[in-house]
Amino acid sequence: MSKFRIERAPAPMWVRPLIPFIAIPVTFLLTSALVLAAGANPLEAYYHFLISPLSNSYSAIEVLVKSTPLLLTGAAVAFAFNAGYWNIGAEGQLYAGAIMATFIGITLNNVSPFVGIPAMIVGGFVAGMLWALVPALLKVKLNIDEVVTTLLLNSVVLFVTSFLLNGAWRDPISMWPQSPEIDPGTVFIKLIPRTRLHLGFLLALVVIVIEWFVLTRTSFGLKMRAIGYSREGARFAGIKVNRTMLTVALVSGGIAGLAGAGEVAGIHFHLIDALSDGLGYSGIVIATLGGLNPFGVGLAALFVGLIDTGAQSVSRALGVPVYLGDVVQSTLLLVTLSLFLLNNYRIRKVEA
Amino acid sequence: MHIVQMRGIVKRFGDLIANDHVDFELESGEIHALLGENGAGKTTLMRILYGLYHADEGNILVNDQPVAIHTPKDAIAAGIGMVTQHFTLVPTLTVAENLALGEKGSLTLDIKQVERSVAEASKRFGIPVKPDVLVRHLSVGERQRVEILKALYRNAQVLILDEPTAVLVPQEVDVLFEALKRLQYSGLSVIFISHKLHEVMDLCNRITVLRDGKAVGTVHKNDTSTKQLATMMVGRESFGVTRQEQRVQGEVLVTIKNMCAEDKKGLPALRNINLEVHAGEILGIAGVSGNGQAELSAILCGMQKPSSGQIMVEGQDLTGAEADVICATGIGRIPEDRHANLVGELSVAENLVLDHLQDYVKNGILERNKIQQQAGKLIKDFQIKAKPRDRLRTLSGGNMQKVMLARTLSREPRVVIVSQPTRGLDVGATDYVRSQLLEQRKRGAAVLMISEDLDEIIALSDRIAVIYEGEIVGIIPNSEATPEKLGLMMSGSNIEKRKQEKKRVQV
Repeated sequence: MSKFRIERAPAPMWVRPLIPFIAIPVTFLLTSALVLAAGANPLEAYYHFLISPLSNSYSAIEVLVKSTPLLLTGAAVAFAFNAGYWNIGAEGQLYAGAIMATFIGITLNNVSPFVGIPAMIVGGFVAGMLWALVPALLKVKLNIDEVVTTLLLNSVVLFVTSFLLNGAWRDPISMWPQSPEIDPGTVFIKLIPRTRLHLGFLLALVVIVIEWFVLTRTSFGLKMRAIGYSREGARFAGIKVNRTMLTVALVSGGIAGLAGAGEVAGIHFHLIDALSDGLGYSGIVIATLGGLNPFGVGLAALFVGLIDTGAQSVSRALGVPVYLGDVVQSTLLLVTLSLFLLNNYRIRKVEA
Repeated sequence: MHIVQMRGIVKRFGDLIANDHVDFELESGEIHALLGENGAGKTTLMRILYGLYHADEGNILVNDQPVAIHTPKDAIAAGIGMVTQHFTLVPTLTVAENLALGEKGSLTLDIKQVERSVAEASKRFGIPVKPDVLVRHLSVGERQRVEILKALYRNAQVLILDEPTAVLVPQEVDVLFEALKRLQYSGLSVIFISHKLHEVMDLCNRITVLRDGKAVGTVHKNDTSTKQLATMMVGRESFGVTRQEQRVQGEVLVTIKNMCAEDKKGLPALRNINLEVHAGEILGIAGVSGNGQAELSAILCGMQKPSSGQIMVEGQDLTGAEADVICATGIGRIPEDRHANLVGELSVAENLVLDHLQDYVKNGILERNKIQQQAGKLIKDFQIKAKPRDRLRTLSGGNMQKVMLARTLSREPRVVIVSQPTRGLDVGATDYVRSQLLEQRKRGAAVLMISEDLDEIIALSDRIAVIYEGEIVGIIPNSEATPEKLGLMMSGSNIEKRKQEKKRVQV
């Protein structure tokens, strides 16, 4: 007679990529209670969440639009996490990029797109880096926990945004707390006419590919992964841990800054308070769901973009709150993280 | 009468056998030492007795009755208490509150009443503690007293102490020993885990020595000596590796001058170390574990900074150099802890080139074919049982050590720093590693080898330096070295004798 026993041992390699796919149905089971409480049929709700956004080309493109900043914040977080630098500040770095892009956009006047667009991209990246600099230095020089510092700086940049929008940049005509519009020469070009899909999406795909290349094909990537897996082991092998980590933190901030620049230059054309509303935090969810692998991050970002679009569709069709989308997203993260425990177990057949 | 009997205890962690059919008997009212090197299986055995681990085989009898101990709760019910190396007190609670934790009872807690009974117990057992003081205001020694009182308060008949003196200063050790002897007269049985010989001889009635997970033997204090104990602890069967006597005496490659260092707790770990290593020799550092070897190795590998002194390697001042600097000089380093100093989640191939990546990179891009080829070559040359793409953590300890050796020695370093090269390895791997080290000596490298295995030291070293409590207490050539002589030096007997003479003079 043989029976099965669960042992604490590393699971086979193929378990890990499966986990997010197991997580999705579990999440939907768990959240159905809420859907029921909101007075809707869960099956119908999930049809609207997952299928209906893809049923026509307009909303399918809208999924890509929603995914654009998520691809970037996800890539930013995943890059840092690969080196064991826990950057929780993508939200703030995104706003820093957006502020810089807005500054460039309202300062330049009648500029050629060949100057304006690169200026927005570089400006957003640099601003994100600068916002990531202080926590990175604190971490490297004084070993101050970056989770706390990057997280707290997120609220600081929101206040800076409010300060600008209620002060120097307040729209002089409408008096709304929003900045004046950016110069047309700094607006990202549309990838598909008469849609909202803009250059930022292409930029995000390029970032994902470059990130994959850096992580898997360069010595810098190998060094940062070594640090992420074992700081002591990397240090012993003569890798300059602090310098590498500092570079990673800055690049991560820069990528998040790009997301902010993209939202200003491609979607809103001015700075608003609610520019992001958690895109940076979603980046953490996406990086985790994607297993910190850039292509995994790409898929996860598209999936979260789908849920975000779907949330609006559910809300319109069934009258449930649009926040249900956030609940599904957060639950998905918790379920995925819990399921990563499966990685530590292995089912073995034992002869009794 | 035996209060505790452990019979045929086997405990495996994966491939490692931590306890290999260990028999252990504790007589009522004795203080019994469990002596052995780090990793000999002492703590594992006692964790099994206290219900923190489960034995794979074997059984436990308390007062001649078989008992099933699944959790510490069962152990406490059987009258067994344990003070672990890491205290389990809540610093923000008072002493009395800590003792009340885990007690069964009603929902309400009359803390005044608990304080009274703690004060009463403190008096009865002769262990002075103040019940109403917050634990975080107590010194380490006082916390240990609280831990002991906690065990006694729960009616422990058997008290297990895991390396209790490791955290204490000498005066506190004296106080502890007095208290333990007093408790012994009132009928308590004590199991004292230690690797310090003179403490064991001071305190204990009987001594059981563990080595490589096996019980080597149990002796009465009156029938033994520190010398015999040292030999029992560290001896291991010799293998087929032989060192050729003749060699070329080369120039001095490594000079360590007046080096001092502190351990993680800030206590002195190394005192005035002076060493020279010549080209073409193996200098062995012998000693019982915990006498400063870990710090010496960490400093020479660039993972820790000395507090004073100087390190010169081939004319270059490397005092306090970081690991990346040491690595760039090409010094070969094979550390004690392979798990911490390799990267388990990376592949074997990646680990094999990680410390000299610059040779496998063109314009910042990894030359992946070259890395795979190099890995294939090293795997063949060093007989590593793995494929280049395997994750390192899936390898056995012996194969991990071979990866470390391959990475280090394939670069033909002029200076090799190696610590516990064969700990935890099987016979075959041990032989292989030792022959590789002799190969380095033949090649003309200066090898500094730290080892707690006496046979290894004698088999490989040209000269042997003995370290005791952070000091080099003597350096002798291999021709003068015998296990007995080294054992005596390692037990610090020269020094202890000197100290006692000093005391006598002062009296």
